[in-house]
Amino acid sequence: MSALRDAFLSALIALGLFVPLVGLITTTTDRGLTLTVRPIATAVLVGLVFFGRLAFLTWRRRHTGREIVQSNRAFAEALSRAGRFVAPVLLLFAIAMPFFGSRYYVDLGILVLTYVMLGWGLNIVVGLAGLLDLGYVAFYAVGAYSYALFAQHFGLGFWTCLPLAGILAALWGIMLGFPVLRLRGDYLAIVTLAFGEIIRVVLINWTSLTNGPNGISGIPRPTLFGLQFSMDGGEGTVAHFFNIEPATIQRVIFLYYVILGLALLTNWVTLRLRRLPLGRAWEALREDEVACRSLGINVTSTKLTAFAIGALFGGFAGAFFATRQAFISPESFTFIESATVLAIVVLGGLGSQLGVALAALVMIGGLELLRGFLSYLADQMHSPLFADLAGELPLYRMLIFGLALVVMMVLRPRGLVSGRTPSVALGERREIAAELVAQGRG
Amino acid sequence: MLSVSDLSMRFGGLMAVDGLSFEAKPGDITAVIGPNGAGKTTVFNCITGFYRPTGGSITLQHADGRRFSLHAMPGHRIGATAKVARTFQNIRLFAGMTVLENLLVAQHNTLMAATGFGVLAVVGLGRYRAAEAKAIEKAKHWLDATGLTSRGDDPAGALPYGAQRRLEIARAMCTDPVMLCLDEPAAGLNPRESEELNQLLLRIRGEGCSLLLIEHDMGVVMRISDHIVVLDHGKKISDGTPAEVRADPAVIAAYLGEGEDDEVPA
Repeated sequence: MSALRDAFLSALIALGLFVPLVGLITTTTDRGLTLTVRPIATAVLVGLVFFGRLAFLTWRRRHTGREIVQSNRAFAEALSRAGRFVAPVLLLFAIAMPFFGSRYYVDLGILVLTYVMLGWGLNIVVGLAGLLDLGYVAFYAVGAYSYALFAQHFGLGFWTCLPLAGILAALWGIMLGFPVLRLRGDYLAIVTLAFGEIIRVVLINWTSLTNGPNGISGIPRPTLFGLQFSMDGGEGTVAHFFNIEPATIQRVIFLYYVILGLALLTNWVTLRLRRLPLGRAWEALREDEVACRSLGINVTSTKLTAFAIGALFGGFAGAFFATRQAFISPESFTFIESATVLAIVVLGGLGSQLGVALAALVMIGGLELLRGFLSYLADQMHSPLFADLAGELPLYRMLIFGLALVVMMVLRPRGLVSGRTPSVALGERREIAAELVAQGRG
Repeated sequence: MLSVSDLSMRFGGLMAVDGLSFEAKPGDITAVIGPNGAGKTTVFNCITGFYRPTGGSITLQHADGRRFSLHAMPGHRIGATAKVARTFQNIRLFAGMTVLENLLVAQHNTLMAATGFGVLAVVGLGRYRAAEAKAIEKAKHWLDATGLTSRGDDPAGALPYGAQRRLEIARAMCTDPVMLCLDEPAAGLNPRESEELNQLLLRIRGEGCSLLLIEHDMGVVMRISDHIVVLDHGKKISDGTPAEVRADPAVIAAYLGEGEDDEVPA
């Protein structure tokens, strides 16, 4: 009986949510905006919630809480065991992808890999050192604008500017870090958030340097050892050198491998650092800052290195973003970017390289594929009952995605791949349960 | 070795430590005791740089004659250069890291110096590998001394309470301190563990490290201390060998309460 009441209440909440979301829709007609009501679609959704909740409650009554926790843990262990195979398979897939993927998928791959790289960069700051940074996009912007400006004013190429962009971003990381790192937790998060916004506002308003909201266009593309990817196929182009027909896809595939290389570099450096004293000190800092200080570790400089190295990779990714788009404007560096990258890190599991890669794949690639899937589904719906709904199905992808995230965080609150692999061991390395690992309070 | 002179620490209107002076001789186990709220932990926090004293000075002299003014040093340098290590009343381990990792973090400064500012070791150059092997040897030495060898690869947070206490001491010893400050190391230990702790502390003293100890367990204090300082309400009320302190009427009064008027003998 209580299950029935619970399901009824859930349906009531669903009713409240779906009446404005699905039941009412404004359409533009020649008489202006009119309101269309869709009672059937709403009723179907509310009914789904009612019976879904009822089914879930019955299922949960059969399985006790302890069982769920155990199965969850078993899943986590299976996942960490599978991780050893998943990572190489993913890597092979990433390397082979351009050979069989179409232009659309290679482009999507570039986007996903950019976020993988940003996620790995932020993972150093948030996952390892435990410093909550809500303004990571600032370093992305610094990297992008330094390349764009160097290229525009001094005619420097991508490969010269890539390290410069990284170093400049790292410098900004240190400059932000000095005054800010004495703050902890929420205060640190707020100041980094503000820093991200300040950079964006400066980019918008410093018109003489950055061309303001109009952005910078005509940013040069990267070259392959001095060879350009040009459509004319003349002297000094890749097509001429290899004696092949010039095509845009060649440049796209090249960009794909550049970002793959940059992302792998980020991963390699992070994995290396984790096993060195610096990385271990970052993790110790996340676990207990006071204890670190008592052991003679310079907390400020250790935090600064985490900030600087995280910013360095953000800067690299920014320079890549600029060269890929050939056009940048402050629009691209809003808070939502920081939030997306942070969501990738948290969803993947703080500190887990594989988790972050998987989360980026799901959040960026999955969302895009969901759009395609929903469009396909809409095409298949011929019933007049759904006639209005079918066309808008792809618009609901954010709703579905949000729901998926909530379910995910309920089932696996510490992220996809939680737990921690020790950096050094006397005997065999054994995974450390996530419950023991601190999440850092800044 | 350590000389505290006229140390005061004020928190707003509260004088937690008031004009405290005492000396700790090299190679001694010096115990600081006193009733709850006497200011013992505050003294420790001043010595180890967690508080900056409002008055007075704390000077540490190494065996080679170098002197350090602890009251004016930045917190992390007290551990790194003055070589004063400490443990905490409420254990502060890196719970999500293994026992071995805890001991390697303690050797951070030595190891960091071997990595060439962290850059060389990333690309696999330099003498880091040898330095790490040496650090692991030292860690093994202290694991052995604290009886934790078999737990080396376990997460520190998963150890039983007594083992966590010992690990914290091992971690502090991995910094190669000349003086180890222990804040209630025997709290929560059973009599057998407490006896093992005594042996461990005597062994640490035997290796040439001086100890400063806050303790409530009189069994530990009276058996192993060479010198006891008694605090009450932030002031020193007694100072001397265990036998002297035990006989001091001021100490007895502080611990048992003075015969106040409203107290009726049972």
